[in-house]
Amino acid sequence: MKLSQKITSYPGHEITPEDVKDGKYLDVVYKFEPKYSWAAGVAISRFLADLKEGRIIARKCMNCERILVPPRMYCEKCFRPTDEWVHIKDTGTVNTYSISHVGTDARRLKTPILVAVVDLDGATPGMGILHNLGEIEPSKIKVGMKVKAVWKSSSERQGAITDIRYFKPVGEE
Amino acid sequence: MKNRVAIIGAGMTLFRRRMLESPKELSFEATRMALDSAGLELRDIQSVVSGSAPDAFDGMHMKGEYLLDGMGGIGKPNQRVYVGGGTGVFTPIGGWWNVASGMYDTCLCVAEEKMSPLHPHPQYAFWSIFDQILERPLGTTLLWIFSLEMRRYMHKYGIKEEEIATVSVKNKGNAVDHPCAQLGAKITVDDVMNSEPICWPVKRLDVSPPSDGAAAVVLASEKVAKTLTDQPVWLDGVGWTLDSTHWTNRDLAYPEYVEKAAWMAYKMAGIKKPRKEIDIAEVYDPFDYKELHHMEGLQLAGKGEAAKMAVDGVTQRDGDLPVCPSGGLLGVGNPIAAAGMMKICEVFWQLRGEAGKRQVKKDARTGLAQAWGDLMQVGTVAVMRS
Repeated sequence: MKLSQKITSYPGHEITPEDVKDGKYLDVVYKFEPKYSWAAGVAISRFLADLKEGRIIARKCMNCERILVPPRMYCEKCFRPTDEWVHIKDTGTVNTYSISHVGTDARRLKTPILVAVVDLDGATPGMGILHNLGEIEPSKIKVGMKVKAVWKSSSERQGAITDIRYFKPVGEE
Repeated sequence: MKNRVAIIGAGMTLFRRRMLESPKELSFEATRMALDSAGLELRDIQSVVSGSAPDAFDGMHMKGEYLLDGMGGIGKPNQRVYVGGGTGVFTPIGGWWNVASGMYDTCLCVAEEKMSPLHPHPQYAFWSIFDQILERPLGTTLLWIFSLEMRRYMHKYGIKEEEIATVSVKNKGNAVDHPCAQLGAKITVDDVMNSEPICWPVKRLDVSPPSDGAAAVVLASEKVAKTLTDQPVWLDGVGWTLDSTHWTNRDLAYPEYVEKAAWMAYKMAGIKKPRKEIDIAEVYDPFDYKELHHMEGLQLAGKGEAAKMAVDGVTQRDGDLPVCPSGGLLGVGNPIAAAGMMKICEVFWQLRGEAGKRQVKKDARTGLAQAWGDLMQVGTVAVMRS
């Protein structure tokens, strides 16, 4: 006997949006509001301290000679401690980008967020960070475009990734 | 390894946006169906492997323990495996360890997901997979990892959105023939292109839906399988690898970790030329471009060449290499862990010639199921033979 002959129906009962609207089922709503205080870690704490100064710092592994950003205290490939701090530039190249019409919880945004992976100059090629783009029409963004960080003023900077407001295009693309 | 491992039964529930059944009840239904199809009772099962993705969907910590009784796991050696979206294919890989090692002759593998409890949208759960210091303050949403990867993939190989859209058209069309499908539909490339740009280049019809559902398979050692069925489907190769969460540091156009997982599975199964030796593939398709991206990682297409295969119809059900004959995540639905297991079930039914209206035209003897997940970093692969 074929197995499929034993299957007469597939189980399950759907709840439709109408069912919910009509109050067909009881609903229990629960909100979980924990608070967290994260340790940024040895490497990222230094990275954030440098952002506060308006600089981007990376970490170098002398074994594979990669300059790593975001910085880490160990090289995950060589599996040994990294060796030294290296300041890199606040310019880079758009590796890829997207025009996001939705926010964190999938709700639609009035103004889209322009988001990109920016490969930073001075780091090993392909070492990108996630950040936003600004001062550009969405339709003008291109992969390979040169960009530069736009920093908050020194009094506004607080040691956070948002100390860089966004990256903007520089010169001719 | 000590034992060759067979799949001898499979079951699944409907996949829907929201189901009345509790997670335990969904698990029970899929598990009962898998046991019935194998002609077994729970007492015949020696160990259980369970799979479910983020606890955050249910708002219930330690979901594996909660699900236990619906999955038939009480009083048995039970383990929950979890690698995000890769979980559905990782679950039978976990079962394979149980049986191939010689520890057990029978093992139940169950995957369940209920995404609907979380409001305002299940996607909210994924916010917390991003780095909490460097990425979340930028307003991250899960869609970014896909839209950024899709844009890079398009750029590197000069692939058009319209070509990618053919995958969504194919999979949603295939799903019309799946009795459990949530979003089976006959749509066109224009429908995809004109759908809402939610995170360009990702548009609404490029994406699979959130879903509730469960799926299960029964594994047995060769010795036991041959006493229970004339048509075991052999789980002859398994592979899995992970890359780091430093996703902005890697080549987004090519999933190297999927290639590594694939070669691990191919070597185990004695496959040297995947494109020639794999007859059908259930490739992970949470987004349409992902099917293409993964076909390349799986060595089923050259780099940048999968789109042409899709456009030329090679991956249709009657094509030379049917991909996602089930309808995939795009069509059947995407209850994360259960969706990967649905792919295992589909290959099982296809290789037994029991896929009904979905049965591929060619004589399929060797099939592949793959899943993927986390911060673009997980590849899980299973090679199956009739």
